[in-house]
Amino acid sequence: MGIRFILMVNKQGQTRLAQYYEYLTLEERRALEGEIVRKCLARNEQQCSFVEHRNYKIVYRRYASLFFLVGVDNDENELAILEFIHLLVETMDRHFGNVCELDIMFHLEKAHFMLEEMVMNGCIVETSKSNILSPIQLMDKTS
Amino acid sequence: MAGSSIMETLFQRTLDDIIKGLRLQLIGESAFISKAMEEIRREIKSTDPHTKSTALQKLTYFNSVHGLDMSWAAFHVVEVIGSSRFAHKKIGYLAASQSFHDGTDVMLLITNQLRKDLTSTNEFEVSLALECLSRIATLDLARDLTPEIFTLLSSSKNLVRKKAIGVILRVFGVYPDAVRVCFKRLVENLESPDPQMVSATVGVFCELASKDPGSYLPLAPEFYKILVDSKNNWILIKVMKIFAKLVQLEPRLAKRVVEPICEHMARTGAKSLMFECVRTIVTSLAEYESAVKLAVVKIRELLIDDDPNLKYLGLQALSIVASKHLWAVLENKEVVIKSLSDADPNIKLESLRLVMAMVSDSNVSEISRVLVNYALKSDPEFCNEILGSILSTCGRNFYEKIIDFDWYVSLLGEMSRIPHCQKGEEVENQFIDIGMRVKDVRPELVRVARDLLIDPALLGNPFLNRILSAAAWVSGEYVEFSKNPFELMEALLQPRTSLLSPSIRAVYIHSAFKVLIFCLHSYFFQRKTIASSSLSSNDLAQGVSDSVSVRESPKGSGSATCEAPANELDGGFNPRIPSQLSKDIPTGNGDDMIVTHGQTSSFASLEKNSFTEDSISNLLNLIEMALGPLSVSHEIELQERARNILGFIELIKQEIPGSLDQGEGNFEREQLKASEVINVMRDAFSKELGPVSISAQERVPVPDGLMLNENLCDLEKICGDVQLPSTSSFSLGTPHSKEKIGVSLLNLQSKEESEPSTESTSLLAEHRKRHGLYYLSSEKNEISSTDYPPANEMKLQDDLHDDAEDLVKLTEQSLVPKKKPNHAKPRPVVVRLDEGDEVSIVAKKPDSKDDLLSGAVRDVLFGNEAIPTSSRRNPSDKSSSKRKGKEKVNIDLPSELKENLGDEEKPDLGNPSSRRSKHRTHGKERRHRSPGKNDEEREENVQKEKQKSSHRHGRHKARQRADGPLNVVAQAAVIPDFLL
Repeated sequence: MGIRFILMVNKQGQTRLAQYYEYLTLEERRALEGEIVRKCLARNEQQCSFVEHRNYKIVYRRYASLFFLVGVDNDENELAILEFIHLLVETMDRHFGNVCELDIMFHLEKAHFMLEEMVMNGCIVETSKSNILSPIQLMDKTS
Repeated sequence: MAGSSIMETLFQRTLDDIIKGLRLQLIGESAFISKAMEEIRREIKSTDPHTKSTALQKLTYFNSVHGLDMSWAAFHVVEVIGSSRFAHKKIGYLAASQSFHDGTDVMLLITNQLRKDLTSTNEFEVSLALECLSRIATLDLARDLTPEIFTLLSSSKNLVRKKAIGVILRVFGVYPDAVRVCFKRLVENLESPDPQMVSATVGVFCELASKDPGSYLPLAPEFYKILVDSKNNWILIKVMKIFAKLVQLEPRLAKRVVEPICEHMARTGAKSLMFECVRTIVTSLAEYESAVKLAVVKIRELLIDDDPNLKYLGLQALSIVASKHLWAVLENKEVVIKSLSDADPNIKLESLRLVMAMVSDSNVSEISRVLVNYALKSDPEFCNEILGSILSTCGRNFYEKIIDFDWYVSLLGEMSRIPHCQKGEEVENQFIDIGMRVKDVRPELVRVARDLLIDPALLGNPFLNRILSAAAWVSGEYVEFSKNPFELMEALLQPRTSLLSPSIRAVYIHSAFKVLIFCLHSYFFQRKTIASSSLSSNDLAQGVSDSVSVRESPKGSGSATCEAPANELDGGFNPRIPSQLSKDIPTGNGDDMIVTHGQTSSFASLEKNSFTEDSISNLLNLIEMALGPLSVSHEIELQERARNILGFIELIKQEIPGSLDQGEGNFEREQLKASEVINVMRDAFSKELGPVSISAQERVPVPDGLMLNENLCDLEKICGDVQLPSTSSFSLGTPHSKEKIGVSLLNLQSKEESEPSTESTSLLAEHRKRHGLYYLSSEKNEISSTDYPPANEMKLQDDLHDDAEDLVKLTEQSLVPKKKPNHAKPRPVVVRLDEGDEVSIVAKKPDSKDDLLSGAVRDVLFGNEAIPTSSRRNPSDKSSSKRKGKEKVNIDLPSELKENLGDEEKPDLGNPSSRRSKHRTHGKERRHRSPGKNDEEREENVQKEKQKSSHRHGRHKARQRADGPLNVVAQAAVIPDFLL
């Protein structure tokens, strides 16, 4: 499994979106999120975006008030994951128009849907923005 | 759909309400949530699907963002999934993929719904179901739905096909038999003209290959094609990851891929792809010098980049290279050292690892110096990282990097004094380990230990307690090298030792005991020497050498040099002699040597410290003062040890004060008892302790008729409800050793044997005869001279025979440097045991699921006969033996390949054809099972034929060949010759 989880956390440390690709109990999730948020949010802009945690790596990137944290296996390509995060943000940006934390809060389902288009079983399956967004736009139209 | 849009806005508002409400709550958020949850619990029971799904949507939100439990609503989730409206279904599937897991009991209820949605004409419904399945599929679900997924794998709708590929990974994971059905179609997608499909498929294979690369070797040609042709960076990265795994199994493959990978590396502008090329080369293609050189150039680019991400990755790549190409690290030495003071702790850590990789026996002292200076300046956390890596690097493989142990021991002392040092345990272990393994370093070790012990400031730092404990043990065990035992005694008994924990204090007290014995012994020996020398006043030197040579045998020259100055008590004594002597000592051998050992060095310290009556009685007073209060301590270890010493002093005192005033004539007779007591104790303590191999206990044969379990059963009967102390601070053997000391004290008068361990063993044997029931066999042979917990425990498990063996080994090895003593600064001998000191690494066995999966994949790829599903399901021995057979086939491959090269012109077609034929049989099987799919199957075959028209001719031939079953078997193991 390449990607183990994707988290979006605001700078206060509140989880805004959590997608796990392996089953964890609620307690495990809470503990994991706590540890990661503590570790990553304390780092500054001059430090690198990779953090080793337990037996995997976290690749993270900050956009405005929101941190995007992706937990990946150790042999995953860090730079590719950074690009993936950027792609995710760009995709959301295209859909919501100047995406912000509130968009994700109020359209959590859509954010999940986009992620599901991009990632399956921890594998990145789609990297084209229009391909990711077309089903969502179609659904918006029909509903 | 109009109705649903109304409803959708309705429920969206409801969830929006919740979110808005939450945002307004500055305090009392939990009250708000619990109120909302109450509503949800009510609403979710509603029969109206809109209300129900809205409630579920809110619940899912709370579960995902606030981490509230939603497992109780599992059945409602199933109901919402069953809704006919897409909007509701969507909510249901999201909820299911978020909350369902293997233990969810309603899982089976959704099988039919999933099947219905998977075969739906609405591609979005299909994709919802596939999404959900990719997250929650269990064995049952995967087994029941494999036919549907198989169909979807060749769907004409890209959206659906892509997701069907994505779901395969999970299905294979939980239900390996699906490989037999779906694998061929998965491989076809690898050759799809649509990069979307290729991307998804390569992703799946990358994951599969990371678990068991061997099974996917036959697909190398397909991967190679992608590697050369693809323009998509995502795909290239994944393919390279696959090759990184494959080339480790098949070196000839490396030759082929190294070139395209280098090309990609040189050409690409994308850092991610470039880094992947670098990483593939340094991990898997490290033997290709030119490629590595190129990669190192790229690494250098990363290292000097301002972006901390690139710098970090550069360092990481460099540390992978380091193991095989150290020159790459040395080339970038400055950057690495500079990174030690980077702002980012992660970068600092990486560069520290690299610096440690550069350490060799020639530069270890300079690098350690630099690092210790860094440690002094940096924050506590990184400081300890530095110290930890120095310790582990220097200590690796029996200190193989250390030549100058005197330097290293003083470095250890210095490291202990660094304010942030928290590596007490490691330093402690190395102190003791070096003491036991390296004889030549003991004088320096004692000096360092003394410096640590006499510093009262160190006692207050709890992190240093362990180091102090080691220092105390060292100074007690090797007290003969001490320049001033009295000072040592004061240090061991200083009032601030009360800050230490009881177990460490116990070590202090026992070390004080050893020091005391040493002082008394030296004192008595001195008296004796003086007495005897005064008797034969005519020929002074003669008399001395006579009296000494009674005990001292072969080392005539060595002892003579030290005895001569011994009698010239009026100074002018060369202070270097003690150290010379102690250098000589370890080269001796046997028990005889131990006696000599004590004597010669007692001479050495004698001149300096002159054990006078005053100093000895001061010493005794000091001990009594310091330990008096401890004899009523509540800590059993302290009390016991303190009482031992006090009792011993009591015994000695009765004899000494009287004898001190008496004339020379009575001296020997009066003091006979005291000195004998001391001699016995001295002998006990001067027995050499060596390292014990980890496997020592295993080598102890279990005596015949020993029934350990039976004994314990009896114990249980007797003890009844008494709880056995399982985690007490002292080992079972320790009270034993106490007893032994006591015994030897009581039996002094009737002392015949000079070998204390034999004597105590016989006593113990008697004791054991009486109370034998309660003793385990292994503790009987421990030596009373040790009480330091780690060493003691190791010894405990040992056996006398084994001890002797170790000793023989020790002495044998210590003899070695004697043969060539004229080396300027030879590396001292480091005692190491032949076996057992290394921790054996248990090979990780793949679990049965993976085993099954790779077995199935191999079956498909290598074209073996399919095994009936039922027999494969259970991870039985059959499958494992089957697997073994496969591996054998794999090993034999190279030779077969060579043969193939000779007699077959186009064997690359042979393999795909065998796979193809395999697939056809699968198709047949399926036709039996579900005749409805028949047409589709055929249609697909036709399609394939069209696609591969260019290869048709070859394939035709192959198919003909594959028709006979024999042929299939013959080609089963062929790896494409393309590799050659």
